[in-house]
Amino acid sequence: MDECGLLNVFECGTIPIEIWVSDGLRWLVANYRPFFQALKWPVELVLRNFEWALGSVPPTLMLAVFALAAWQIAGVRLMLGVAGSLLFIGFLGVWPETMTTLSVVFTSLVLCLVIGLPLGIWAARSNRFYALARPVLDGMQTIPAFVYLVPIVMLFGIGNVPGVIVTIVFALPPVIRLTNLGIRQVPNDVIEAMLAFGASERQLLWKAQLPLAMPSIMAGINQTLMMSLSMVVIASMIAVGGLGQMVLRGIGRLDMGIATVGGLGIVMLAIVLDRLTQSIAQSSQRRRGASWRERGPAGLFLKWMGKIRTR
Amino acid sequence: MPNATIECRGVWKIFGDREKEALAAVRSREIGKSQVLDEFGCVVGVRDVSFDVAEGEIFCIMGLSGSGKSTLIRHVNRLIDPSAGEILVEGVAVNTLAPEALRELRSRKIGMVFQNMALLPHRTVLDNVALGLELRGVDRTERNATAVNTLERVELAGWGDRYPDELSGGMKQRVGLARALAADPHILLMDEPFSALDPLIRRELQGEFMTLASQMNKTTLFITHDLDEAIRIGHRIAVMKDGALVQIGTPEDIVTNPKDDYVADFVAGISRLNLVTAQKIMEPPEAYTTQHGAIDEKVCPRASPDDSLDRLTDLAVGSPHPILVIADGRTVGIVTGRTLLRGIQGNRSGDGSQATT
Repeated sequence: MDECGLLNVFECGTIPIEIWVSDGLRWLVANYRPFFQALKWPVELVLRNFEWALGSVPPTLMLAVFALAAWQIAGVRLMLGVAGSLLFIGFLGVWPETMTTLSVVFTSLVLCLVIGLPLGIWAARSNRFYALARPVLDGMQTIPAFVYLVPIVMLFGIGNVPGVIVTIVFALPPVIRLTNLGIRQVPNDVIEAMLAFGASERQLLWKAQLPLAMPSIMAGINQTLMMSLSMVVIASMIAVGGLGQMVLRGIGRLDMGIATVGGLGIVMLAIVLDRLTQSIAQSSQRRRGASWRERGPAGLFLKWMGKIRTR
Repeated sequence: MPNATIECRGVWKIFGDREKEALAAVRSREIGKSQVLDEFGCVVGVRDVSFDVAEGEIFCIMGLSGSGKSTLIRHVNRLIDPSAGEILVEGVAVNTLAPEALRELRSRKIGMVFQNMALLPHRTVLDNVALGLELRGVDRTERNATAVNTLERVELAGWGDRYPDELSGGMKQRVGLARALAADPHILLMDEPFSALDPLIRRELQGEFMTLASQMNKTTLFITHDLDEAIRIGHRIAVMKDGALVQIGTPEDIVTNPKDDYVADFVAGISRLNLVTAQKIMEPPEAYTTQHGAIDEKVCPRASPDDSLDRLTDLAVGSPHPILVIADGRTVGIVTGRTLLRGIQGNRSGDGSQATT
């Protein structure tokens, strides 16, 4: 049965993809490693800043900042939820790990936006580009992360910066897709009216298409955040620190306790980030009511300042 | 017409990938809309349309949905490029304008009102009205002042801070109208502006629009599928069918003298009382006197040739005698009760005077 013949054509030979890829990668590493190392620089810059900002502020103060932000965005209920979740994280004893994870997640979010928003706008304007981009985006979301972990380690090394890059590969598609979708969904009559009143392409984009696509773009941001969080355990295999590292250590040592603590931290963080971005999305749709100056902690503060001045 | 504000010269629009071939075929052979669709997969939107709109005129284009009237109006500010033909706005050929000049034309000279309003939902009413000025680069204080003034004109003073979804349909269309008027353009393009409104609001807005139009002396191209509206508003009416203009004329022309059965069907239900004048229905005085003998001119009510049937009816009700139509102190015609009734009814049984014999 295992001889090459009409009945078993697959024994007659195989496509040597394995060798091609290995050789290709070796060639890339040998010739272009400095180029890829240079790509790390902007990632590193953003990451260092987030690590510094999140790591140097005392936990209690940080918690207060998050809680006040939640109050400002969505009101007292969300503030209580956020404060509760963060307190729980703190008393799990994983505050520093959470801040490390958060800085990786925030860094990939910022870079996803920087890369994804322009590409999404381009995709909305050019059917040809969108047709080319779609299979690539599908691939980015479906290829198991373990597959591209190897080349990324070989080209970028290990640590938090390559971790961010792995996360970007996985979490970038929703920003592009939903920006594209949001712009394409802007009603044709609105575009026609803008043009009839003399709008240029740029005015059309900034004054009509982007504002009307905002809810969709915010949904993309929310998804990107959630996907970044789901990458933290996988990324910890290339020495990214934080909550993912705890889960990985738990798996390695068959230590259910430490894995559970890390996992709980990721879940709480995910809930906090999800609720926060969803409230931002809602408030971008709801334009009525008090402006940010009149509500939340900023409102109280400004009122208080006003009282002092009138006194 | 040298002083025409809008001129269309042989405008064609064919939609589809094989536009050029289809156009050549339609021009060389006489083939119809469905044949073009079968042969080339193209849709004929506008078919060899030419017309002029004079300064200050309200020109109505009337047709059923799918007759190409919305496509036609979009050629004037070049939201659609024609397949062939030329459109001149104040003497400038619109189809050859560079992008910058085209934007300038759109924001300064032409205001447009849409059937579905097409307001920007994320902007306040004031910012919507100021849109044209904003796109042109007018600074905020100036454009807001203009927008506030324009909102007053359409009787929406004080609504500037609201959002479009807080307004009723009629109010939204007032905002649409204010947006078109804010930049003080010479030309208004109205694409079925009142069709989506309920009848009472529609009449109210028609009235207000007519007042505004006569005050501001805008040249207006007005699209409608409603003949009553066209007659009420338009100085001249063009009837459109399958992309081509069937007849152009004053409301009276269209109603009293429809060019073919299609137009005749349209005008069949229209009240002629205020459209038709005495000179259209009067008989020559000689014909009357040979039939009925001399008339006692002293007891007869008198009318002028421009008096409407409505006015003649009033006169006829007040007197048993025929009405004399007097021009320059001379009797030019006679209107009897019978001719008047036939006149109100229309030319259904041929010449109105036949019935009297």
